[in-house]
Amino acid sequence: MNKLDEFTKGIIKENPIFVIMLGLCPTLAVSTKAIYGIGMGAAVIFVLTGSNVIISLIKNFIPDKVRIPSYIVVIATFVTTVDYFMKAYTPELHKALGIFIPLIVVNCIILGRAEAFASKNSVIDSFLDGVGMGVGFTLALTLIATIREILGAGTITLKLLNYGWVFEIKNFNPMIIMILPPGAFITIGLLLGFFNSLKTKKE
Amino acid sequence: MYRISVSPHIHSKDNIATIMWTVVIALIPALLASIYFFGPRAFWLEMASVITAVVTEAISQKLLGRKITIYDGSAVITGLLVAFNMPPNVPFYVPIVATFFAIGIVKQLFGGLGYNIFNPALAGRVFVMFAWLPAMTTWNQPLDPKWLANFSLFKFNIDTVTTATPLAIVKAKGTSELISQFGTKINLYKDLFIGKCGGCIGETSALAILIGALFLFARRIISWHIPLSYIGTVFILTFISGQDPIFHLLAGGLFLGAFFMATDYVTTPVTKKGMIIFGIGCGLITVLLRLKGGPPEGVSFSILFMNALSPLIDRLVKQKVFGVKK
Repeated sequence: MNKLDEFTKGIIKENPIFVIMLGLCPTLAVSTKAIYGIGMGAAVIFVLTGSNVIISLIKNFIPDKVRIPSYIVVIATFVTTVDYFMKAYTPELHKALGIFIPLIVVNCIILGRAEAFASKNSVIDSFLDGVGMGVGFTLALTLIATIREILGAGTITLKLLNYGWVFEIKNFNPMIIMILPPGAFITIGLLLGFFNSLKTKKE
Repeated sequence: MYRISVSPHIHSKDNIATIMWTVVIALIPALLASIYFFGPRAFWLEMASVITAVVTEAISQKLLGRKITIYDGSAVITGLLVAFNMPPNVPFYVPIVATFFAIGIVKQLFGGLGYNIFNPALAGRVFVMFAWLPAMTTWNQPLDPKWLANFSLFKFNIDTVTTATPLAIVKAKGTSELISQFGTKINLYKDLFIGKCGGCIGETSALAILIGALFLFARRIISWHIPLSYIGTVFILTFISGQDPIFHLLAGGLFLGAFFMATDYVTTPVTKKGMIIFGIGCGLITVLLRLKGGPPEGVSFSILFMNALSPLIDRLVKQKVFGVKK
């Protein structure tokens, strides 16, 4: 596998949400506005890349029996950084994402990549894997969030700290259910089915 | 020529299409009642919903590569039932989206007729209820029957008075307030029985629904197990908790739900014992929601909840097979 594949596999072929189906809790919970998808995704990209690199660097020094706690310590360090960073610079987003930022510590994607990939591969590969998986997660989450926001609120919010835009759809009576939890399940279910049918058609 | 075949040798002329179209015929009294009480708009809501149902069924079966079965009438039933569950002045996109969700997602994406877990019409109704709550909870008084004098199906907006449903009035202000609105208690029963009260367009007239239900019983399309245990449970539980049991039978969507939605073959138990458990469960949840829940009515939720339990109920009452070791 060459380096480029290491990066792109996380976006389509092994997309964390639509193919591996990891990290569904934050996906269900925070995908109510497009900007939340991007913000959550950015946090995950940072944590995933950082933890993948560090874990791959120290993989030979970690005793097998305590590897999970060690990974958690590394991951938690990055999550704390992100948490305080967002609290200081983007308090609005921090408030909206709420408990789901600290919960990145136990996000299945991050621990999953640490265990399945970073603990067995070189630093550069782990870095590319982390970025690729993070970007895949971000794209999927933003897609879900955009669909839910359009149907459930009639807007597309791409605005953070007074930068960016909020698009509004005129003459549309939004379906509140789409920004409630059932809307998340319906959207993710339909998208999963759609991508699966594409995959089966290809094969 | 003798035809030689394996058992069963007793054949019935009934097939899916005859059963479904019989149910459609049984829904006609309620359809006429809805037009009588809520005007031409009710008719167009029903048409919009039925057309959406048939078109969605055809398109989704085409896309999913299944046989197109729009002539068997099952989509028409779903369309009618969705429309029956709409308030009279709801915008037209509400029943259209509800029917699309019912047929496209709840029915076809779960495998089509015979495979869906939930009653499509009820799932569609609950979906739009949470999508457009204000539109789905604004009710009108029935029209003055004088509108029939210059009857026209193309009058979309007849002036109407908004009101609360009888169940909502009882929940908010108590039974005495309701009786004072209808005059006497006998008047209240009479109006509820005929259907002269606020509510969804197809649910208010207990009389029309009963005519349809009797037709279904006569044709042996539905059995007594689910409706009787459902309505009986509601009667007994409301009586025990000191409510007016007759009022609770006639008000809201209980009859429509018990006779036409809780008797759907696909989403309810197949065993007789299972059907009785299903009916009791529906009654229990309906009474709980009506007396203790937030919204005034709970028929749709109770049937949907019991739909989810149907396979488990069937497994619970499965006959023991003798002579087989576990």
